[in-house]
Amino acid sequence: MNRELHYDAVVIGAGVAGLVAATRLAQGGARVCVLARGVGSTHLAPGTVDVLGYAPDAVREPGPALEQLAASQPGHPYALVGAGVVADALDWFVATVQAGPLPGYGYVGGGLELGGRYPSALGALRPSALVPVTMAAGEAQQLGRLCIVGTPALRDFHPSLCAANLAAAGIDARAVPVELELDRADANTLGVARRFDDPGWRARFCARLAPLLGGEDHVGLPAMLGLRDPFGALADVEQRLGRRVFEIPTLPPSVPGMRLYEILSSALRAAGGRLVLGAEVVSGRWSGGRVEAVVTRAAGHDRVYAAPWFVLASGGFASGAIELDSHWTARERILGLPLRGVPPAGEPRFVPEYASEQPLARAGVAVGGDLRAEGADNVLVCGAALPGAAPWREHSGEGIALASAFRVAQVVGELAGSPAEATA
Amino acid sequence: MTDLLELAEHESPRGSLDHCVKCTICETACPVSNVTPLFPGPKYAGPQAERYRVGGEPSVDASVDYCSGCGICTQVCPQGVKIAELNARARDALKRDRGVPVRDRIITRPTALGRLGTPAAGLANFALGLRPARIAAEKLLGVHRDAPMPRFAGRRFSRWARGRTSPATGRRAVYFHGCGTEYYEPETGEQVVAVLEHNGFEVVVPSQDCCGLPLQSSGLFDDARRTVLRLARALDGALGGDPDTVIVGNATSCTLMLKREAREILGLEDDPVLKRVSERVYDICELLLELHDRGELRTDFQPVHETVAYHAPCQQQGHFIGKPALELLALVPGLEVRELTARCCGIAGTYGLKAEKYEIAMAVGRELFGQIEGSGAGSVACDSETCRWQITHGTGRPSAHPIEYLHRAYGL
Ligand SMILES: Cc1cc2nc3c(=O)[nH]c(=O)nc-3n(C[C@H](O)[C@H](O)[C@H](O)COP(=O)(O)OP(=O)(O)OC[C@H]3O[C@@H](n4cnc5c(N)ncnc54)[C@H](O)[C@@H]3O)c2cc1C
Repeated sequence: MNRELHYDAVVIGAGVAGLVAATRLAQGGARVCVLARGVGSTHLAPGTVDVLGYAPDAVREPGPALEQLAASQPGHPYALVGAGVVADALDWFVATVQAGPLPGYGYVGGGLELGGRYPSALGALRPSALVPVTMAAGEAQQLGRLCIVGTPALRDFHPSLCAANLAAAGIDARAVPVELELDRADANTLGVARRFDDPGWRARFCARLAPLLGGEDHVGLPAMLGLRDPFGALADVEQRLGRRVFEIPTLPPSVPGMRLYEILSSALRAAGGRLVLGAEVVSGRWSGGRVEAVVTRAAGHDRVYAAPWFVLASGGFASGAIELDSHWTARERILGLPLRGVPPAGEPRFVPEYASEQPLARAGVAVGGDLRAEGADNVLVCGAALPGAAPWREHSGEGIALASAFRVAQVVGELAGSPAEATA
Repeated sequence: MTDLLELAEHESPRGSLDHCVKCTICETACPVSNVTPLFPGPKYAGPQAERYRVGGEPSVDASVDYCSGCGICTQVCPQGVKIAELNARARDALKRDRGVPVRDRIITRPTALGRLGTPAAGLANFALGLRPARIAAEKLLGVHRDAPMPRFAGRRFSRWARGRTSPATGRRAVYFHGCGTEYYEPETGEQVVAVLEHNGFEVVVPSQDCCGLPLQSSGLFDDARRTVLRLARALDGALGGDPDTVIVGNATSCTLMLKREAREILGLEDDPVLKRVSERVYDICELLLELHDRGELRTDFQPVHETVAYHAPCQQQGHFIGKPALELLALVPGLEVRELTARCCGIAGTYGLKAEKYEIAMAVGRELFGQIEGSGAGSVACDSETCRWQITHGTGRPSAHPIEYLHRAYGL
């Protein structure tokens, strides 16, 4: 016995990129196993699908802007993936959510045609191509008079700050704090969301809020409309308050992001894919320019997963998959794959202004046009591990994760004939 | 040298806390803090509070006693912080400070309880089924009157094992059956042996005792260390120096104790015998799946026309091997398997037995119980015995180890 298992494809990472790549591969008939040290940034990010918000100016029509970006930045993930694939990936995503475990819950918005803008917790208007249906009524153009509701018990959401910034942007917004007894040392939106799952609690919440509302036609709440049936909760709350209601993304934990994880992991299960959580991949077993197997830290003894294809969806600097050490050397930690976009020695890696374009921000695992890693013929790369993008400035992180993962599964299919045959 | 020390510190549970970025992912998954404010959550009680826990100083927080030790926080943490392990150590410190209830000294010793209960099984089972006796036990000992209690089988697995010899095949497995099999469910052990022998293993059953996990999870570290080291020596002796012999167990929390928890939580990284044993331990489903992957598992299964719901216990997930039982059950023709996604049944070994924690454990289990009831399954497969008892208690449905279904399908 050598603690080794064989699959048609092994995916490293359980963020949006890993889950989508694995689901697509499994839907194509492959036996897929996802190995992840932990869950990915779904639980932290807003749960919206941001395709391209700034390029570098605010983008109104993501479709044409994508084409221009691809033409001017050939190393950008969108250039490698192609605008057509982005559109297909979005369509697949919308259909997958619709068929998912949350009744009535879906993603809506202008997609690639017309990007919407939705209030953030700070009261800025964030561009997104698709948002959960629970956020839809927050689209800036359709907002009339707006009331931002919060509770002092949630220390990371300040309705007056949000409303003041929206008002500064010309939106008629006012803040309404509601007292909620949350009896917790560390109250957050997740705790409230679990209560929103209970219709009785929802009714009491609405009864407390209703008298505080005035002539507003829209109510914005921190994203906490429940985990089990957010669509039903939205309809219920809208009906009780007699107004359009929408969710505003919050600091972590992200309730909409948790729903997204639930939806994507259930799609993976339905397609027959396997997920091993807590399995940190520490190295690869190489044979020439190919990776034969990867090694995970399991309890007691390392475990080995062999496959003809590997997908590296382990994220970038934020997830710790790429690291800059104290000697200023950047490296990909699992397979030691070559990076691209690291500023040469002596050049600045960072600039003082946090929100500016950071020289290191575009670093990632070097890939060819088909998203195969340089120096590893059977390793494909997707998501935040890819080089060439500045997702924090472009507002493109989720779009890149989704589209590149979708593309990776296509490439494996093309290279292997059909992924299921790849083991032969 | 400093580099090495630094590295060792970073690999230890305490060292891992500096990797915490306060992302709250552990809080989203913690089954306990999601149902009770008594436990403020793994991040709050773990990496955050840990900074205030200074060696030798009094323990800063009592709430860590409400952590059930399920370990889900460690599994979901994307930064590799050993949250559950930090909290287990903090619980030990708390118990040192404030003392250990008599109850915890009793229910954490399954070997002693089993030895007492087995010869008088009829009487013991009768007493455990009596309401007044359970009420008295709650009042005197703090064991909740409604908590699920297994029934003594009245016979010991090891007696059965000693009365037979496994045919020599050249491929040896040392069977670590654990206390649940020994005193309560000897038939599960017989099934494990039959399935292993059917697949060409010679099964060796050395004399063995508890792994010390219940002691460890109640914060009785010194006793836990003695217990697990004694077990490690017993199993190591049975390996007989043969590098190809594996140790296999069906109690996933006890095998996890041997594989990882004793080393990480009890700080026994340096014990060479425990290390050798921990590297050799397999969960039974893990072993069979690997056999299947090699094309060496017999698949002469008869159809089983049933629907079964499968729950992977938290401690099984702590092996970081996914859910091999699912893949094995899928090999049985006719068997419809429904994967349950709720993470925890609530019992967490002895946690849900304790009077002050029973309600919390039941609240944790509610989501799982609901999924089972909605699954259309007649029975539940689950790898851990305490979880099976809790599941049956919470749903009224029979539950069995996955091996039971394979055993049946083999027609053994
Ligand atoms: C706080 C936060 C806010 C964000 N906000 C936005 C936003 O507003 N808009 C937007 O478009 N994007 C946003 N993003 C970015 C976006 O979420 C990511 O770019 C995108 O989801 C990338 O996903 P991914 O799957 O590539 O990587 P991740 O989600 O980072 O997933 C990486 C996965 O790899 C695993 N992993 C890493 N190393 C190993 C290893 N050695 N072995 C095994 N597994 C490993 C991790 O555990 C994880 O499962 C945000 C991200 C964060 C963290």
